[in-house]
Amino acid sequence: MAAYIAKRLLAAIPVLFGLTIIVFLIMAMIPGDPATAILGSYATPENVAKLNRDLGLDKTLFEQYVIWIGNLFHGDLGRSYTLNRPVLDEVMERFSATLILAGTSLVLCSIFGLLAGIVSAVRQYGWADKIITLLVLVGISTPSFWLGLLLILVFAVKLRLFPASGMYAIYGGGDLADLIHHLTLPALTLSVVATGVIARLTRTAMLEVLRQDYIRTARAKGLSERKVIYKHAFKSALVGVVPVIGIQAGFVIGGAVYIETVFQWPGIGSMLVTAISTRDLLLVQGGVLVVAAAYVFFNLLADVVQTILDPRLR
Amino acid sequence: MMTDTTMSAPSKTKSKSSRPGTLALLLNNTLATSGLVVLVLICLIALAAPILPLADPDVTAPADRLLPVFAEGHLLGTDHLGRDILSRLIWGTRVSLAVGLSATIIAAFFGSLLGLVAGYAGGRTDTLIMRGIDMVMAFPYILLALAIVAVLGPGLLNALYAIALVNIPFFARNIRGITLGLSRREFVDAARLSGKSPVQILFLEILPNVLPVIVITMSTTVGWMILETAGLSFLGLGAQPPQADLGSMLGEGRKILFTAPHVSIIPGLMIFALVMSINLFGDGVRDILDPRLRAGSLTRPVSRTAVHRKADDIPAPSQKGGVLDVRQMRTEFEIGSSVYKAVGGVDLNLKEGECLGIVGESGSGKSVTAMSIMGLVPTPPGRIAGGAAYLDGEDLFAASDRRIRDLRGGSVAYVFQDPLSTLHPLFTVGDQLTEAITTHQPMSGSKAREKAIELLSLVRIPNAKERLSAYPHELSGGMRQRVCIAMALANDAKVLIADEPTTALDVTVQSQILTLMNGLRRERNAAILFITHDFGVVSALCDRVAVMYAGRIVETGTTEEVLANPRHPYTAKLIECVPVLGEPERRLDAIEGRPPVVNNLPEGCAFAARCPHAQAACRAGEIGLEMSSDTRGVRCLFPLNSGASA
Amino acid sequence: MNQISQKPMDSEALLTIRDVERIFGGGRKLFGGQLPAVHAVQGLSLDVKKGETLGVVGESGCGKSTLARLVVGLDLPTSGSITFNGEDLAALARKDRNALARKVQYVFQDPVASLNPRKTIRTILEAPLKHLTDLKADRREARLAELLQAVNLAPEFLERYPHEFSGGQAQRIGIARALAAGPELIVLDEPVSALDVSVQAQVLNLLDKLKDDFGLTYIFISHDLSVVESVSDRVAVMYFGRMAELGPAKEIFRHPLHPYTDLLMRSAPAPGRHDLMSEDASTELPDPYNPPKGCAFAARCAHRTETCIAGKPSPDESKAGNNHIAACYHPLGKA
Repeated sequence: MAAYIAKRLLAAIPVLFGLTIIVFLIMAMIPGDPATAILGSYATPENVAKLNRDLGLDKTLFEQYVIWIGNLFHGDLGRSYTLNRPVLDEVMERFSATLILAGTSLVLCSIFGLLAGIVSAVRQYGWADKIITLLVLVGISTPSFWLGLLLILVFAVKLRLFPASGMYAIYGGGDLADLIHHLTLPALTLSVVATGVIARLTRTAMLEVLRQDYIRTARAKGLSERKVIYKHAFKSALVGVVPVIGIQAGFVIGGAVYIETVFQWPGIGSMLVTAISTRDLLLVQGGVLVVAAAYVFFNLLADVVQTILDPRLR
Repeated sequence: MMTDTTMSAPSKTKSKSSRPGTLALLLNNTLATSGLVVLVLICLIALAAPILPLADPDVTAPADRLLPVFAEGHLLGTDHLGRDILSRLIWGTRVSLAVGLSATIIAAFFGSLLGLVAGYAGGRTDTLIMRGIDMVMAFPYILLALAIVAVLGPGLLNALYAIALVNIPFFARNIRGITLGLSRREFVDAARLSGKSPVQILFLEILPNVLPVIVITMSTTVGWMILETAGLSFLGLGAQPPQADLGSMLGEGRKILFTAPHVSIIPGLMIFALVMSINLFGDGVRDILDPRLRAGSLTRPVSRTAVHRKADDIPAPSQKGGVLDVRQMRTEFEIGSSVYKAVGGVDLNLKEGECLGIVGESGSGKSVTAMSIMGLVPTPPGRIAGGAAYLDGEDLFAASDRRIRDLRGGSVAYVFQDPLSTLHPLFTVGDQLTEAITTHQPMSGSKAREKAIELLSLVRIPNAKERLSAYPHELSGGMRQRVCIAMALANDAKVLIADEPTTALDVTVQSQILTLMNGLRRERNAAILFITHDFGVVSALCDRVAVMYAGRIVETGTTEEVLANPRHPYTAKLIECVPVLGEPERRLDAIEGRPPVVNNLPEGCAFAARCPHAQAACRAGEIGLEMSSDTRGVRCLFPLNSGASA
Repeated sequence: MNQISQKPMDSEALLTIRDVERIFGGGRKLFGGQLPAVHAVQGLSLDVKKGETLGVVGESGCGKSTLARLVVGLDLPTSGSITFNGEDLAALARKDRNALARKVQYVFQDPVASLNPRKTIRTILEAPLKHLTDLKADRREARLAELLQAVNLAPEFLERYPHEFSGGQAQRIGIARALAAGPELIVLDEPVSALDVSVQAQVLNLLDKLKDDFGLTYIFISHDLSVVESVSDRVAVMYFGRMAELGPAKEIFRHPLHPYTDLLMRSAPAPGRHDLMSEDASTELPDPYNPPKGCAFAARCAHRTETCIAGKPSPDESKAGNNHIAACYHPLGKA
């Protein structure tokens, strides 16, 4: 098992390298002259040339990449010109906020999704199944940013149960209870779609597994229905669902872009949106790179869990 | 040999009555139909926007700012610039629909193309394409779209490209998987041997089979794409003012959420209605096009076969005694509007230590007979429609679920056909064995393990102790079947029901398993019900044999008698048409035609249509199983060898 | 089955297989190291004579299906040569696949899977006529009718789809497709094992008749000894990728040389037979990733000696009578 994990970690290295190349190329493809973009259209040609030299833009693409990746290894992602601080500092600060939000959502959607999927499959065509199926459809059809607005209107404005925005109260606060208070609405909103996807998939996977010959064997052995479903069938279904949870991690992190904007959560998503509209491209680059790396890690984790569950993959 | 003109009965007679067309199926699904209706309605209104009496969506009227819903002249009120929301909503829906659909089509086209090529070409091309796809997929979905918009700059068209681009991998992966599977299918090899070029094979042979999957994938992603483009517009990265789609309307409304919530709620509601209707419809399409979901084949079987028999339709036990006594058992499957009478009144009697073989071709009902006894026929669609099965005098069809659970794997144990699919792939052999033991005999884990080792040695698995921690896939077919047999023996079963236990095995392994079963039967004095299609296997193991045809026993007797002196023409033909080792010169006497389908059985003898001796009397009335002695019987009006003693 | 006349042994070989080997897997990993390789077929040499039926028999994993795919050019040998009428088959398959397909055809094990579910029988049967022959449309129509007639199917079946057919009918369509372009050699890969026994006989009798009518040569691959015995002039027994025994069908089944052939024969159940050979141990095939150095069957063989474990016997290690050879150091009592 340890050997397998080591192998998977090694295999992730070329992927991470590929990520840096794609991110670098995307930024290099940006039309227009970054120096002009930074200095504004009234800059003198001398200033532009100087900045180009400072930014290393007079070198070949390959040389630029080598320099960039070298800096990356030293933790240097450049400086944000809008915030006037190192990109890495800003990105890491924002990323931790996103991790809290997305992590909570991922846990919520895994729990609710799996539970709903199992109940739905076990009670196939029953009331519970019909209600869950409909809720799942509503969930994956609702624009999350709109749902966020509705929740703010109802729970923050009308009922005043939860705060409408931010991560901590401005005065006082700052403790865990305050965080949870602020986290509840955005985390719930963010988990809705993923819960639906996971529930749907779990239902199908369970139904498929329950038709397998080895389930008949389990019944022929005289096992109780509880054991047949929760031990024999669920384990097999989980093997199919785990990688999807890994993929959902990507959707949750991505979805955080909307939710952070709606709830003004100081995460990396809202940072990216601002950075794109102000064309602070170094910040965009750094943010995208860190989030993508985290996603690779999540998928790796899902792979490892799947392999632990299924000996055939070893 | 006569020319074959008969078609498979289910397709010819049933295709019109019980297999409705695609549209009819879709309309049967209420949710999908309502989705379709709403979707069509929205599309019609959006298409008709230019001819509807709507206010200009872009004309601002600062005096009429933020009018509420139902305001005069503005049914849905106005926004912060005084523009008519209804008009903007309809025009915005047009834009959102167009963008979502275009993005889907672009993604589907390029993604499917990549997937088709990668899946069919395989090798380096496949590796290259899929590595690229993996690379793109290594980015969280929306993030990549954001990065692309960052490069291209905000704008509706750019958002469209971004969403289409990030969805290409999704299509490519899906389609590649299907293509890969299809490329290995025999019909592709056959096309190659028919002289078709790779391009012809890819687009003329494989593509038609992939098309439904592309349609399914499109129908399930188009809603998602509309949501995503709306999302980009919501963030201000999609549609730019004054142009508006639903997302950008929502985005603008957000700023005045607290003062005028309707400005943002209405477009959100529209997105929801649009996407929901698409998803409802898409699910309906998927259910119809996906063969796994079609005809409710993904229905969950319950733990025990349903029993629907009338109170006066329960025959008493026969006077023969024995451990297992099956009387007039009938099992049916209800599929669509037709009822398949898989087992049509079967009598079986099994004494201690006796081995009874049930022989028949596929569709004869032999396996269903075996599964019915302990209620292992899946419900739905199966049900026990009549008769009784007595285990030591106890009516199994009347027993409680709890009692049946105790008997399953206890007094009555099963061995199934394919040992790979009947063992759970994710649990070790040891886990599965000890589970079988402890379910019926409460004991400590270590004791159960000891017992498991004992059982594995009993079925002659070498290194029994080490094998406990092996997973089924690590064992050969023969070893797996030994494990299954060990599991069946775990609780000293009185009756062992073996359903073609050696059919999936090689001959040499088959003979090992048969020898093992024969030895165990004598040692343990268990009764065996052995299902097979092979008279050779019957000879090797069974004391008595019952031949099944179209759900009924047509002949029964001791193995020697039936083989030496078959009385039913079907039995005789079945023995005659198989080549026998050492007799290469023997002419194979083929049985013309095919067995009847059990949802449409002819009157009289089911074999009459294929029988060379059939007469008018054979095609009418009920023909009984005439017993000429305690064990010997035949269901035939004009049996063969009637002169010979039975 | 019984009218097959024994062809004279000196008749010309239609197909010649020499030292053919097919390895799956292998190759190098990304970071060095060898990927595991499996020898599906190894050291295989045999001739197929014009007009005969060569039976190939063996259990799963013996390489018989690989051999079939090599002969029709669906797969190419890793080393060794296959020649058809003196022409190198691998080169032909690379250069002009259709030229090969005109001469050698194939009948698949799973008849339903070998027909594209979305094509009518007409389209399926027309494909080889269009691509492999230069028949005009009206001649093609006539040829279709001939083909259906040859396999005893009604002409109205042409417009139907594969799912409407039973296994036996589908297999007859598969046979008609193989016949379409007028091949000389047909490889039959387990053509009846997916069929019910009562239908098997129909197909076997049909194949027999077609062989006579069209002067065909068959390679008949099966795991079922009795079927192979009833159709073959000569038989090759394969075990673990190699040929264990080769000889005239009658001799092989009457006086097998190789203990494996003997085991196969005694394992085959037959009506009226109670004395199944009980192989004592529960031994099975060796691990293909870790093949034994000597004879692959040695572990299961009662006659094994040090010689058997030390090295592999050559395919013609022992000989008997009429071109009957076996890869065995200690053949069973010679006839």
